[in-house]
Amino acid sequence: MERVVMKGCEAIAEAAIRAGCRFFAGYPITPQNEVPEYFSRKMPKVGGVYLQGESETASAAMLYGAGCTGIRAMTSSSSCGISLMSEAIAWMAGANLPVVICNVMRGGPGIGSIQPSQQDYFQATKASGNGGFRMLVLAPSTLQEAVDMVYSAFDLAMKYKNPVLVLADGFTGAMMEPVVLPPAKSEEFLAAERKENEAWACTGRKGAAQRHHLGCGVVPGMATRMPLEEKNKLDFAKYESWKTTEVDYEDYQTEDAELIITAYGVAGRISRSAVDLLRADGYKVGLIRPRKIHPFPEIAFEKLDYSKLRGILSCEMSIPPQYYYDVDAVVRRRTPIATCLRSGGEIISRNAIIEEAKKLYGAK
Amino acid sequence: MEEKIYKRPAGLQDNINGYCPGCFHPGIGKLIMSVMEEFDLLERSVMVDGIGCVASNMSYIGIDELNTPHGRPCAVASAIKRCSPETIVVTYQGDGDLASIGLAETMMAANRGDNISVFFVNNANYGMTGGQMAPTTLMGMKTSTTPYGRNAQEHGYPMHMCEVLNTLTAPSYLARVTLIDVPHIKKAREAVKQAIQHQLDGKGFSMVEFVSNCPTNWGLTPQESIQFIKDKMLPEFPLGEFRNR
Ligand SMILES: Cc1ncc(C[n+]2csc(CCOP(=O)(O)OP(=O)(O)O)c2C)c(N)n1
Ligand code: SF4
Repeated sequence: MERVVMKGCEAIAEAAIRAGCRFFAGYPITPQNEVPEYFSRKMPKVGGVYLQGESETASAAMLYGAGCTGIRAMTSSSSCGISLMSEAIAWMAGANLPVVICNVMRGGPGIGSIQPSQQDYFQATKASGNGGFRMLVLAPSTLQEAVDMVYSAFDLAMKYKNPVLVLADGFTGAMMEPVVLPPAKSEEFLAAERKENEAWACTGRKGAAQRHHLGCGVVPGMATRMPLEEKNKLDFAKYESWKTTEVDYEDYQTEDAELIITAYGVAGRISRSAVDLLRADGYKVGLIRPRKIHPFPEIAFEKLDYSKLRGILSCEMSIPPQYYYDVDAVVRRRTPIATCLRSGGEIISRNAIIEEAKKLYGAK
Repeated sequence: MEEKIYKRPAGLQDNINGYCPGCFHPGIGKLIMSVMEEFDLLERSVMVDGIGCVASNMSYIGIDELNTPHGRPCAVASAIKRCSPETIVVTYQGDGDLASIGLAETMMAANRGDNISVFFVNNANYGMTGGQMAPTTLMGMKTSTTPYGRNAQEHGYPMHMCEVLNTLTAPSYLARVTLIDVPHIKKAREAVKQAIQHQLDGKGFSMVEFVSNCPTNWGLTPQESIQFIKDKMLPEFPLGEFRNR
């Protein structure tokens, strides 16, 4: 295990290469330019492919093509760039392709701002394209988590034959932090996996009994399409299975907590340090921080003892709030929910969270 | 002793095609597959289909095949070729797909010189969606969205994709052919062979444009549609090899 100090975007790219990513296509957009730049330097050295697409639309289409060859493949972009990718993201979900997408979020809507935000929560968790598909959505709050999540995203994509989204933000992408880099997957492992993927990849029949056909409504490995409703049902069953296998959240000091602060990503990191300060001040406060925001960790809220709770403070860098609505849906008015919000590229402040928490907490 | 001189190419599935009577689409697919068979490439090729009548191919083509978002075949194919250089990668696209919604993808794959072969079916309209105006629609031509005929003021002029791509440095083979009679079909097959040979030789981007028909949306019989190609399409879209190196 190597411990190094790296910039967020570069660490994300390095983690992907160590995870065996051998194809990257992307289009410049702040605050993630260092991701494609890093890939363009490193891919020739590991025998991988780097392609600068003519747009995000094309870059995501390139990812679709690469995914169809059974290689580990990725793209990254930011917010309005992800909107352009939504066409191919829907296709990759429909075609069950194992690809990784990274969104280093900036302010919105539209061109918004180049500063960090969390304004793509709905897009990421509900509808990154048409047709009601779902992705696993990993939301790192530190650089170490970003590295670990990108690394695992490729395994998850291969395991479930589904696009996996890493939802980072401009803060995590731009900061420098010490990280422990995971070991690089061996060439033998990657070659064996690719060989295995020939069971469904579209690279020529190579003597197979039947040809391969990939596209929306086709299960990889099949020669042709199945009725779309049947395919929708198969995909739905996969998404449902994630509720038991893929729920992932941090439960911090919730045991005796009378107030829960909840947040994901960078807001989750800031909230965690607010919890420490509030605890030092004698407030019984805990944190629920989803590491995956899809599937949403309903269980974390279900298991709370609402008779003891004074309320929940939901924090995020989005106005109007988005994450809040998922919290609200599971809490179902069993306790008051307040929000602490920033937006448009403004970083949420620890002091503001502490102040809101104290208001909701009332007398100690 | 009888001798077999004609058969269904091995690269076609044993299905009856559902293209409209007299449409050139199935003939073009058959040409491509017969060349693949001749070059012994059926086991190592993939066809990337655009969206449109072109995508009906999925029921007929026997080689590996991908459906792609409308207009993106050249981007998809470029990535496949770079990830799997030993695979022969061809696209099959209509004029709406290649020259309108996918113009950037087409131009940039050509400009990068990606080592793929593009088969472009120019039938002067959007066949699948009911015959709307395409970038290749002729001046004065009535379509379902140019009910009074295409006019320059509102719609501009037909786009000539071979000529447009011929302004770029990277492409290695560009040709325009048609299928109106046997001599032309033979020339078309020769162009398909050239395109695939360029890819086999690693020369980069190749494209064959087929001046095609759409009897259904043109409101003509198959026979009349061939006459229309001779009288109207070919003067606008001259046949020939634009680049071969
Ligand atoms: C993003 C998107 N926009 C529009 C359509 C609708 N559509 C389906 S086929 C087609 C026309 C294709 O025409 P062309 O490329 O000329 O091919 P042809 O049908 O003539 O072979 C269109 C516009 C679509 N499928 N996807
Ligand atoms: S609509 Fe036109 S292009 Fe499509 S199959 Fe019919 S004749 Fe051919």
